[in-house]
Amino acid sequence: MAAFFARRFLWMLVVLFVVSLITFVLLRLVPGGPFNNSERGVPDAVRRNMEIKYGLDRSLPEQYLSYIGDIIIPRLTDDEWRRTITEDYLINIPLPLLGEDAALRWMNFGPSLRTRSRTVAGIFQENLPISFQLGLAAMAVAMAIGIPSGIFAALRRNTVVDYASMGIAIIGVSVPVIIMGPILQYAFAVNWKIFLPTGWGTLQTMVLPAFALGFAQSALLARLTRASLLQVMNEDYIRTARAKGLSERGVILFHALKNSLIPVVTVLGPLFAALLTGTFVTETIFGVPGMGRAFVTSVTNRDYPVVMGTILLYAFFLVLANTIVDVVYAWLDPRIRYN
Amino acid sequence: MAAVGNSKGGAPAVPQIAKLNTKTKSVSLWGDAWKRLRRNKFALMGIFIILFAIFVAVFADQIAPYTYAEQDLPAHDSAPEWVIALFPNMIPVEDGGYVAINNNYPLGTDGLGRDLLSRIIHGTRVSLLVAFIGPLVALLVGTAVGLIAGYMGGAVDNILMRFADVMYAFPTLLFVILLLSFFRSSVAQPEVGSFAYSLALIDRYSGGMIFVIIGIGVTSWMNLARLVRGQILSVREKEFIEAARSMGVGMRGIMFRHMLPNILGPMIVAETLTIPAYISFEAFLSFIGLGVQAPTPSWGSMIADGRIAIASYPNQAIFPAIALFLVMFAFNFLGDGLRDALDPRMQGVD
Repeated sequence: MAAFFARRFLWMLVVLFVVSLITFVLLRLVPGGPFNNSERGVPDAVRRNMEIKYGLDRSLPEQYLSYIGDIIIPRLTDDEWRRTITEDYLINIPLPLLGEDAALRWMNFGPSLRTRSRTVAGIFQENLPISFQLGLAAMAVAMAIGIPSGIFAALRRNTVVDYASMGIAIIGVSVPVIIMGPILQYAFAVNWKIFLPTGWGTLQTMVLPAFALGFAQSALLARLTRASLLQVMNEDYIRTARAKGLSERGVILFHALKNSLIPVVTVLGPLFAALLTGTFVTETIFGVPGMGRAFVTSVTNRDYPVVMGTILLYAFFLVLANTIVDVVYAWLDPRIRYN
Repeated sequence: MAAVGNSKGGAPAVPQIAKLNTKTKSVSLWGDAWKRLRRNKFALMGIFIILFAIFVAVFADQIAPYTYAEQDLPAHDSAPEWVIALFPNMIPVEDGGYVAINNNYPLGTDGLGRDLLSRIIHGTRVSLLVAFIGPLVALLVGTAVGLIAGYMGGAVDNILMRFADVMYAFPTLLFVILLLSFFRSSVAQPEVGSFAYSLALIDRYSGGMIFVIIGIGVTSWMNLARLVRGQILSVREKEFIEAARSMGVGMRGIMFRHMLPNILGPMIVAETLTIPAYISFEAFLSFIGLGVQAPTPSWGSMIADGRIAIASYPNQAIFPAIALFLVMFAFNFLGDGLRDALDPRMQGVD
């Protein structure tokens, strides 16, 4: 088991390394740089100086290595250290024993090349929590709708309840945020004026995007829950439980539900990862100031560090979610062999 | 199971037994599946909607009352009476509101005075193209990778599947946004006669479709590769493959004549169920301005334009959204029906 974990972890590092390399190469192949935007009309001499300042004049391998080095090498800082544009760390663990402002700092994602006073770590610290909130809220919506309706559909198999909830599930899958968004905005914000169409931070603004993002996933959860519960209800131990005279409610509550939720729990990881990237769409539609907007503008602006950082961070979430699923599988079902 | 196929060149078959065999009409897997699919009303409805959409896409020029780029600026942001009745907050000018009534345009016009209905009709082309070419690219690449990996095994399998793992780790949407901006700016100012120039021409001619399709293809073959590989691994050790091999069938023959037809069902189901994802993907890319290029209408870019004015002119965003919904809905129902039809054991199970 320990060897399995170690191998998974190492593989995760390899994947992230390749992802960073591909992204880096692709980014640098794109014609145009962050400073040669013709609209602004920056003189060549100024542009060259800026490129020297941000190290863009060095060779590509050098740039790549220094970028990766800044991210993975942690640093111990004392009271003297001050945050600068080129040195801002995402993870700062204070170490009061070594000095008042001493800290272990890790993951310097570099400066934003287009927004002069900001760093990538700063953008993450500001925007990522919002994307996370949206993702979590959507997940809550998905689970609150999906799991109960899946259970009811399975328990009332081949009845109106079953058909209705599975019909709604198919509709749910067919309604991505891009359709759901404008319709919800019109109905609840323009027509009935219950919620606000755009923005973030208050309940009035959070309900619509969370619902729009979560609904499609709730449909998937409902189908999965239903399928899993139906399968469990055919197991021998359910028959045994019935045979020993347990009430139907007891059978469902104590024997069936718990086991049927295992596959559901294992999809929650990738589900959250999907929701987290799904927030990109939702954010643009509902004007949520999360990572989505920051990323899209940074791509068009050739803001290399922001693009690199965002892709790396999201790749990390995805790989982490997949690894956790593998580990949970191995833990839940010892029959699964990993060689 | 009489070895009908092997009797050529051999002794003439025993007449009585041969007669018995010819009386039972064999039902192929596909015939059987079609029979089951026909009984599924929702899947039939899906097929009907898709056929209708194909018809609309092919004859868009003939059906649409106007062209998609035709502007009637004095009539911009107008709406016919029934639309105003449908959306109670659209108050016409006569009642002290702001909406100009113009019954010449069945669904109203957008902010540039273009007919919404005509643009929705032309937008069908974009969505359907993505719906059919997206899976085709994924099928080609995914099947090739999966077949080779599953059949060869060993180091080849390892390398291909690890590569798929790495591609899997990319946040798809972010990666496609990056890819599209890469393609677009690479061909922005091409030299005449270069490869980039011909790409730019294709891009302009296809209204920006070509890069959307490449972007989707690059990021969507992994699922199918995994599926095909898994299926090949399970089929590879079956007796009929062994039989074919012992009869001297070559590698290509085994792959394409014996393995592929046996795993086609799950592949088709998987791809049909991903079509809605491709469609909404294109819609989103066009929504943020990276997909189909103006003035070619895409439902995604129409929703993006209409969404800005959703409080005043909800028809401009809601109607393309409904069109998008109908097509996605149809493909979902068809995929669901195909799954039940091709694998009856899976009936009602996800």
